[in-house]
Amino acid sequence: MTTTPTRHLYDVVVIGAGGAGLRAAIEARLAGKKTAIISKSLFGKAHTVMAEGGAAAAMGNANSRDNWMVHFRDTMRGGKFLNNFRMAELHAKEAPERIWELETYGALFDRTKDGKISQRNFGGHEYPRLAHVGDRTGLELIRTLQQKIVSLQQEDFAATGSYDARIRVFQETTITELMLDGDRVAGAFGYDRESGDLLLFEAPAVVLATGGVGRSYKVTSNSWEYTGDGHALALRAGATLINMEFLQFHPTGMVWPPSVKGILVTESVRGDGGVLRNSEGKRFMFEYVPDVFRKQYAETEEEADRWYTDPDDNRRPPELLPRDEVARAINSEVKAGRGSPAGGVFLDISTRLPAEQIIRRLPSMHHQFKELADVDITKEPMEVGPTCHYVMGGVEVDPDSGAAFGSVQGLFAAGEVSGGMHGSNRLGGNSLSDLLVFGKRAGEHAAAYLDALPSRPKVSRVDVAAATEVALAPLARADGENPYTLQQDLQAVMGDLVGIIRREGELSDALKRLHEIRLRVATVAVGGGRRYNPGWHLALDLRNMLVVSECTAKAALEREESRGGHTREDFPKMSPQWRRVNLVCSLDEGGQVHLERKPVPAMRPELFDLFERSELAKYLTDEELGEE
Amino acid sequence: MKRHFRVWRGDSSGGDLEDFDVEVNEGEVVLDVIHRLQATQTPDLACRWNCKAGKCGSCSMEINGMPRLGCMTRMSTFTADETVTITPLRTFPVIRDLVTDVSFNYEKARETPAFAPPAGVAPGEYRMQQVDVERSQEFRKCIECFLCQNTCHVVRDHEENKEAFAGPRFFIRAAELDMHPLDARTDRKQHAQQGQGLGFCNITKCCTEVCPEHIKITDNAIIPMKERVVDRRYDPLVRLGRKIFRRDQLEAAGESVPRATPATAETPSGRRLPESPALGPDGRLDIAELSAPIQGGPSPFGEDITFPLPPERVTYHHPDPS
Amino acid sequence: MTTATRPGVRARAAITARTLRTDRWWLAPLITFLGLTAWVTYATVRVFMHKWFYVEAYHYLTPFYSPCLTDRCGDAAEFGTPLPNFWLIPEASLTLPFLLLFRLTCYYYRKAYYRAFWLSPPACAVPDRHEKYSGETRFPLVFQNAHRYAFYAAAIISVINTWDAIRAQATGLGLGNVILWVNVIMLWAYTLSCHSCRHIAGGRLKHFSKHPVRYRFWTFVSKLNTRHMLLAWVTLGTLALTDFYIMALSADWISDLRLIG
Repeated sequence: MTTTPTRHLYDVVVIGAGGAGLRAAIEARLAGKKTAIISKSLFGKAHTVMAEGGAAAAMGNANSRDNWMVHFRDTMRGGKFLNNFRMAELHAKEAPERIWELETYGALFDRTKDGKISQRNFGGHEYPRLAHVGDRTGLELIRTLQQKIVSLQQEDFAATGSYDARIRVFQETTITELMLDGDRVAGAFGYDRESGDLLLFEAPAVVLATGGVGRSYKVTSNSWEYTGDGHALALRAGATLINMEFLQFHPTGMVWPPSVKGILVTESVRGDGGVLRNSEGKRFMFEYVPDVFRKQYAETEEEADRWYTDPDDNRRPPELLPRDEVARAINSEVKAGRGSPAGGVFLDISTRLPAEQIIRRLPSMHHQFKELADVDITKEPMEVGPTCHYVMGGVEVDPDSGAAFGSVQGLFAAGEVSGGMHGSNRLGGNSLSDLLVFGKRAGEHAAAYLDALPSRPKVSRVDVAAATEVALAPLARADGENPYTLQQDLQAVMGDLVGIIRREGELSDALKRLHEIRLRVATVAVGGGRRYNPGWHLALDLRNMLVVSECTAKAALEREESRGGHTREDFPKMSPQWRRVNLVCSLDEGGQVHLERKPVPAMRPELFDLFERSELAKYLTDEELGEE
Repeated sequence: MKRHFRVWRGDSSGGDLEDFDVEVNEGEVVLDVIHRLQATQTPDLACRWNCKAGKCGSCSMEINGMPRLGCMTRMSTFTADETVTITPLRTFPVIRDLVTDVSFNYEKARETPAFAPPAGVAPGEYRMQQVDVERSQEFRKCIECFLCQNTCHVVRDHEENKEAFAGPRFFIRAAELDMHPLDARTDRKQHAQQGQGLGFCNITKCCTEVCPEHIKITDNAIIPMKERVVDRRYDPLVRLGRKIFRRDQLEAAGESVPRATPATAETPSGRRLPESPALGPDGRLDIAELSAPIQGGPSPFGEDITFPLPPERVTYHHPDPS
Repeated sequence: MTTATRPGVRARAAITARTLRTDRWWLAPLITFLGLTAWVTYATVRVFMHKWFYVEAYHYLTPFYSPCLTDRCGDAAEFGTPLPNFWLIPEASLTLPFLLLFRLTCYYYRKAYYRAFWLSPPACAVPDRHEKYSGETRFPLVFQNAHRYAFYAAAIISVINTWDAIRAQATGLGLGNVILWVNVIMLWAYTLSCHSCRHIAGGRLKHFSKHPVRYRFWTFVSKLNTRHMLLAWVTLGTLALTDFYIMALSADWISDLRLIG
């Protein structure tokens, strides 16, 4: 098999075929650029399909008082004011247009009585705001964008006789390296999964839309594609990552059986009477009520049990403490050796309510576990633990154009791979609209960047040779580490030590272990050939997962406060001083991860005025408030 | 507990069922077993998967001969001593092991005319009633696992039909658009019959049987589309009604929408016969390259090389005559 | 959307077994085959018997002979006797072909006999073993599209069957009446649950919201339609049972159980 890559010439290469990638590609193609879409799996299978809730956009269909300012406020509150205010502003302003645009592509959202797009309530949003299609909004979004691309291809076919003339999808293709010409992006290097052939895309502009990093965790709701490719590609090309310490975890995800590992168990299971027990059968939450909550929560099981029927005269059961408290408790029980066999705790509703009541109150939960795992939640307890869901951090970008910061030019990022928009915590429904708003912007500005470019950057042969060698190295080694074992080890480190609750000692330990794994990854070896060899694919992905994990661990160690998706047990409070700081990750020449502090951009005065002063006082330093 | 599996391994040049004994835990699905195989015995066993929750439609395979999603087939549906046989989709060319080349479906997707937005309706002004979108919404549940395409005997047992037959997945797409309250095209029925080969379907309903999303493909899409074709071509009462209400003239006016671009350039089957490129409307060859940044295909030597090379970069040494 | 390089022609996976299904996939087509064969045999024999089709005392006429149009009909002739007395001509020659056509082109029966008789395919993911297949694209199967005409005819015939049941009502009430009524109701349910009917009722509309009455009718037919297969078999049963009961009465094997009169 040849080691010479097949060459392709494009104007814009979009890496990632989820919502953000497809939206960016559509925009680049509409701007007249020859566009390639690189998809790690088949076209239309992206992780975007997993989004159930909806896409948040202040269209005001359900409540006419809703507007972009309210949405902006909700987003900033959700992110604990660490958000890049400009991104949150653009997002809130442009989301409705992006949703309406989807309808012109053929999307069919659920409707209101007067025929408009129906909007539903969701946590953190002041008004009903999520445009939705049942519980499959993500699928609708991806399918709509996919079909729009096909329709553009049909136009090209009518005009030129070739579907692929101006926009082409490279399915099951992975990019392993970005090619640079000086500081400017010159192309991307990768391989075709099916054939194992090497590919070289020569393009002056690259849009990253590769999604998140969840596969670095033991328990995650993310698919295998989420290996942080875009994060790592950007780092290696000289771009920077911000906010990498912020990951969204859910305290109760299924940890066993494997067929449903990572799937979220809604909080309403606990609200309806579900209790948490450790392996000794003890209802342990009573021991984890923090002093500040002591007054609102029950002290005995009897009192807690009375609350379900008589919430006015009794205090709430401690199972209903805030998410991070529940997570912390589960974490401590597991670490004290009182966890379930699969490393979680037991969430039991079967002994608390009669079966028919459970089915009536939790129909989708019951159905899901019955269908996917043959687990009957009316008969047996569930094994639950924190599950990794979404990464708020990502490539540091210019809010308006999506262009990556750092030394590199011609690199753009949109969607989960970009950082800043969601601050320290993402509101449900904001991710789908984020994809559309910033996907479009990235595509548009990539095209504009191209127009301003005096000459096409050139790919150097030396770089191609080096990338080829790196890509083929795991196949060339006769024997070495098994990539699956390495992934498990990495997941164990991240899951156990850089998980939902973090401590200084564990984080330093994690960094040490990550360093060891890094040495082992250098010796990974896989058998078999280049044709659709999952072992080889994983071996190459490991490199990316590792460097991104290091960023997360380093940033988590540095940030000495608890905020949104970052909870430090040794620093449980939110600090206004830390709110002013973004942690920025970069790679040096030798491939070592560097971390520096950078100020969070200050909000423009008119946006400042959207908030009550008393609310801002909770987050901001006196100094910042005084400036106003 | 160890269970016995037979997994087809090989590629287009041949292959066979191989036997494996794999540990199976309670509550696992077939895809878990494949993952365990990859992690412990066969790291290079090729298999597609993504979401592992029945939402993306990647892990289509045949389990004990039935087309299914690996992530939705629980091990508890088999008896403890039963051998589970896992094979790739039969209808499509195999790439390796359980991975098949499903490009047939993507080619058919490109030949289905896309949604045509209504003229003069601005984005944000779309008004549709829930009852009017519900039928199409059912079809948009499709996760494109292509199990229906794989199980349909029209192409499964008759490779030669692949050219003329689009398959159930694209019949529901045609129905979805024909039932879309705001779609501006009126020629969907003709396209379904002439372009997609709707007539090949003999409604034996296997597509509906295997659909993991439980879309009533046959009853709600294929049969209504067949009936809509009948409306246009065969029904006497409808014809009479048209005459009386003079609807025929209205519809004829609507039909001036250009027909779907003819799908001749690429045949859907894997075997492509050599043919001259399609001519444009003016009878001349289209020069697609005009829109490319450079003329002709990319040079295999790279764009940064101009010939002839300067002598110092040539590694060839001319034999010394002396 | 094609990937960059495709090495040459690609073959399907070389799997030697024709099917790897381990369940009893042959059972359903076998039952269908036996059921339909038995029914067709019984109906054919009955139609050409030319006797035991009418119970004069109670005006019971079997649906297989309705409307009765030859001289042999006697009192049962409600619509005259235009047809000649020839053994090859059934009494209901004007309607039986349409009923046959209705069931033959019915979307459910098509599935049933394509699977059970034509083996095309016998079951899902089991090869159909036919050399060539063109489905319903050409003669003669393209005429399956005539189902709509057959439906209109069947609706008229259902009216005639209803008339038969009403006529039989003239003299009190017996078990025969009950059987006739059950049969007629089932026939109506089967006819109205037809896919063509569903389409005419409202399926052909693009905007349900603009036609609320037709939408409600469509919803009703759609509900029935999900049971089309069940009704198809139930009506075969009630037809045969009605016919057999009337034959038994007419041949004096049993006597009608009278409830009134």
